[in-house]
This record gives sequence, structure tokens and C-alpha cells, in this order.
Amino acid sequence: MKAVLTGNESAAWGARLSRPKIVAAYPITPQTTIVEKIADFIANGEMDATMIHVESEHSAMATCISAEATGVRTYTATSSQGLALMHEMLIWAAGARLPIVMSVVNRAFAPPWSIWSDHMDTVAERDTGWLQFYAENNQETLDSVILAYRIAEDRDVLLPAMVTEEAFILSHTVEPVEIPDQGAVDDYLPPLDLPHRLRPGEPVGYGSLMMPDQYMEIRYRMARAMRRARRVEEKAYEDFWDTFGRLYAPVEEYKMDGADVALVIMGSIASTAKDVVDSLRERGRKVGLLRIRTFRPFPAEEVRKALSSMDAVAVLDRSYTFGHLGALATEVRSALYGSSPPIKNYIVGLGGRDVRVRDLEWIVSDIEKVAKEGLDREITWVNLRGGEE
Amino acid sequence: MPYPWQELEEAPIARVPTSEIKRSSWRTMRPVIDYDRCISCMICWKFCPDVAIRIEKAPEGHKYDEIPVIDYDYCKGCGICANECPVKCITMEREEVGP
Amino acid sequence: MIEIRFHGRGGQGAVVASKLLARAVVEEGKYAVTFPMYGVERRGAPVAAFLRVDERPIRLKTLIYEPDIVVVLDPALLALVNVFEGLKEGGSVIINYGGDPSRLPVDRGKYRLFVVDATGIALDLGLGSRTNPIVNTAMLGAFAGATRLVSLETLERVVREGAPAKKEENAMAVRRAFESVREVT
Repeated sequence: MKAVLTGNESAAWGARLSRPKIVAAYPITPQTTIVEKIADFIANGEMDATMIHVESEHSAMATCISAEATGVRTYTATSSQGLALMHEMLIWAAGARLPIVMSVVNRAFAPPWSIWSDHMDTVAERDTGWLQFYAENNQETLDSVILAYRIAEDRDVLLPAMVTEEAFILSHTVEPVEIPDQGAVDDYLPPLDLPHRLRPGEPVGYGSLMMPDQYMEIRYRMARAMRRARRVEEKAYEDFWDTFGRLYAPVEEYKMDGADVALVIMGSIASTAKDVVDSLRERGRKVGLLRIRTFRPFPAEEVRKALSSMDAVAVLDRSYTFGHLGALATEVRSALYGSSPPIKNYIVGLGGRDVRVRDLEWIVSDIEKVAKEGLDREITWVNLRGGEE
Repeated sequence: MPYPWQELEEAPIARVPTSEIKRSSWRTMRPVIDYDRCISCMICWKFCPDVAIRIEKAPEGHKYDEIPVIDYDYCKGCGICANECPVKCITMEREEVGP
Repeated sequence: MIEIRFHGRGGQGAVVASKLLARAVVEEGKYAVTFPMYGVERRGAPVAAFLRVDERPIRLKTLIYEPDIVVVLDPALLALVNVFEGLKEGGSVIINYGGDPSRLPVDRGKYRLFVVDATGIALDLGLGSRTNPIVNTAMLGAFAGATRLVSLETLERVVREGAPAKKEENAMAVRRAFESVREVT
């Protein structure tokens, strides 16, 4: 069914089609309309789920954890400070191996307050053991919720997953979206069968004390699950393509054939960058785009394969990890360890600063200069009023 | 007791019920109830932090229908029951050496 | 690609209007993307909404800086915000205005000017209140009449389906404004 939906409506549709039994959430701008839409679905009898209102995001995740532990599918959504408040429970969900799916509407951190977009909130949760998928548009925001359940719930994975969409740029922007058929989603996404679900007749303890002689082995199993998620992810995309006709990949190569320099981008900026790459290609400039969809597990091998022969690589971070480079740049650099291209990190679009066509064109010109003359500096803040020191 | 990772379950789950772990060895003193003075108020039952006091039907002829009974398999000897007892009918007595 | 900016006030329905217009455009087989300028919106404060229309899928996720068309829901906004900011030369301004258009501060050497008495239409059809008429659907009709980017029939149907209240009256507002919008030459 063709519809025109906001990103948040798309996320709500993704949830609805995935048939979670429990939705627990606490409102925060710009996530609120996801939960409102789900409340509408439930009130209209279009979704068979129980909405649990809680007093904080920490409680929302705690509720999902306890519900999921009984073997039912759960969903929640949040943003920014709300995600940060959830942090402790995020670690718990992943450690307890509960494949909860959450939409995160990327919003900048306070102070100073901002309701607009950047990736700081989800990048800060990189190390919690959650899978992370960054959507480029509303269609992907919807599809990724379904995909996330499919990947997260696989017996080889059993890790929670977050699907991100950027505040306002996607969350409140209306685009044409294809809403998949419920029957096809049901075929694609079987009901949750959680092997370690709580059974009243067989009492077990979750997460009890683990002595130093056993803890590392538990962590190793979790690391192994994250590693195995790569293969599960590939299969999920293959089947998604067969069922719905839309193709996803952990990294998307756009006009990388014959490119001398490449942009590496996560999220909605990649969408704009495709237009920029097209127009520059028409003018004979040899630029390509590598869009990172899956940030965890990080597709290091694909990144290396795509980028190692470039003359220079521009990594755009819509976030910053204070004290070093942006998180994506750090990952790309480590993936390319031992191969030659100079890598320059561009910090862009913090707090919803618009990343314009001319900003991207400037970045391409700058990285072309790096390809010719070598690296002038390893990191630069783009469109910064007053310039850099 | 430590297992290689291959033999662990995917999730960090303890399948041995905690009820199988007896804690009587933790005690140096044991609470003893003097049922002649006990008023069956069950305050000790409420306060026991390890749920080691049960309410049981009193023997035939006892002045109350129900009495608190200490389960010495799980009692750690913390003494909270003796401290809270309003009529001071619970005394802490030294454990014997050996089983 | 055609880029459009709506100027209204919080509560006047500029955001709803841009969504209905996007749906009508998509129903006719074209592509549309619309988004509000989120900031410190309050009822009565100036707000803006944006719409892109193209024959191909739209990938640009930036704000609109150089619109082709500007739609002004409230003529009093002309004194508050620069509604012409970035408007391309030869671009169109569609203003809700029932008075003598020669009094409007529009550089007619640079822009095409269209006017429609959307407030009069809304009051006549009982849309909104006497003091706060809701002109958004009338302005959509005027937009379609002035630009022909979407047909009257599709727009009427989408408004009838999508209007939160007074569906028939809103569809009627679309038709009346479509028929009465005129270019000031």
C-alpha cells in the first residue's frame, strides 16, 4: 500500500506490522508521535498489543526487558536524553540476550537544549551490545524495524537492536512510503521463539552473580553473537529483497566504480549526498559514496574492500566523541589499518545544523585536494561560524 | 565448576534453584522460639530477610491456631527476628560444633 | 524539481495543508516531500512549511533556500517576515488577500503575484471561527489554480478524505479558491 508518511509514522507502522505484544515508552520530543500513532493503532483495534505507560525511559526499557524475558516481542522508542537515561537498562537488555527492538529518533544532547538532530545519542550507546541500524529515509525507517526483529531474534544473535532516524529531517518529514502487506511480513518474520524465556514451571535466575572464573566466557559468547549477526544480517537482506523487492546492505556503495575519492556517511545526509555525487559525476569529478547502514556490528571488511584503493577518504560524522575523532572516522580508520588512503574527518550537522548541498560540494573539493596534496589536518568542523583555530 | 564457553547457554541463566543452596553453615548463632511466651504475632515472619520463617499450623491443643517455625536450612542466624520480637521470646543460642 | 515554502501562523494549518498537498501530488504519480520548520512554534507565531515536488524520487534532505513558489496564508505576515527570502526570480507568490492587490509590497518586476480571498471563503463556509478563520484548504485550492501542479479533482478528494473536520466545506473551499485565484498583471 502506497502512503505518504512521516518518519515517525513509518516507525510506528514498522512496529505495527511486526506485531509486538508489549509497547512501553515514555514521551520525548521528537519521538512522541511514534508512540501516539501506536496508541491510535491499539485504540482502533488495528494492533493487538498492550501499551504500558511508564514514568521514565529507564522504566520503559526495564518493562521491555521483563516482558521480553517471558518470550513476547516488545517495542519502544526514545531520543537523546531519554536514551541516555536508559543506558543502564540497555546494557542489561543486551547482557540478558533479549532481542528487544527500539526506534531512536536521533536528537542532540543538552546542554544547551536542542530538539534537533545529530547522532551523538546513539553513537554514545555503541558499546552496549545493541545492533545499530541508521536509516536514510522513511521507507528504510519502516523496513528496518521489521529487519531488526528478524536479525535480533535469530538464535545465532539474540541481541537487542536499535533503528535510528534523524529528528525532523526524517521524523517529521512526509515522504511516499510503501507499507508492506501484513501477510508478507508475517511470512518474513516468524513469531518470537526465545529459547531462554521464563517458564513458570521451570524457575531460573536471570543474570545472577558470575565469578571471575566464568564471566569472560559469557562475554565471549556475546561477542560471538555480534560477529555471527553479520551473516544473519546478509540472509535477512536477501530474504527481504525476495519478499519485498527492496535491497539493503550493511554498507551501500553508491557510484563507487571508478571513484578516486569517497564520502563515508551514516543516515539522512547520505541521501542528499547521492544527488551531490550525481551532479559532480556529470561534471567529470570522480567521487563515490559509501553509506554505512549498520554501525554495530561494524562491517569492517566491506568498508576495507570498498575504500582501500581510494586516493583519499572523507568521513562525515554527525556526532563527535570528545577527545579524538568522530566515532565513524575512528572505525573507518581502524578498518583501513595497513592500507594507504589518507582519511579526513568532517564534523557536520550537530544540533540539527542543516548539511547543505554546498557543504557537501565543499567537502568533495577538500578531499580532492587531500588526494592530490596529502592530509592537511585529520579533522575539521564544517560550516562552523567563525571558522576553526 | 567453571565451564568452557561452548558449554554455556547463550543467556546468563542460573538453572540451579537458589532453594538448593542451603545456608545453615553461615550461622554462628541460631534463633530459638519459646512457644510458651510466643504470641503468634508473626512479626518475626515479616522481618526475616531470607524468608526462613514459615507460618505453620500449630500442634493440637496449642493456644494459637498458627505458629512461626524457623527453617534452619536457610536461616543465616542474623538475629533480626530476635531483635524485632515484641515479647522477646526468641533467643540466639550458640551453634554446636560439627553437624 | 519545484520547491515551495508556506508561510502561516501556528494553528492556521500550514503544516496540515502541506501534507495534504503532498498526498495529492503522490496520488497523481509524482513524488513529494514535505517538512515543517520546527523551532519555537506557538499558536499565532509565524511558522513555515516546505514542499518539494518532482517527477523522480526526491533524495534531498536539506532545507529549502531558494523556493520557486511562496504561499502566504496571512497577509499580515508580510510585515513580520521576509516571505520573499531566496525566492527565485520569476517565481510565484500566492497571497491570501481580499483587498486591492496594488497595495501589496510585491516586486512585480521580479515575481508573479497571485491573490485569493481565502479568508473570505473560509468565513463564508464557516471554517474555523469568525476571529480565527482556517484558510489552509482554500490556499491549497489557490495553489492548484495558480500552478496547475495538481488537479482540482485530486485535491478536492484528498482534502475531503484528509481534512480533520468539516470535510465537505473544506473540499468546497478548495474549489472556490481554485476558481477565484487570479494573477495580478
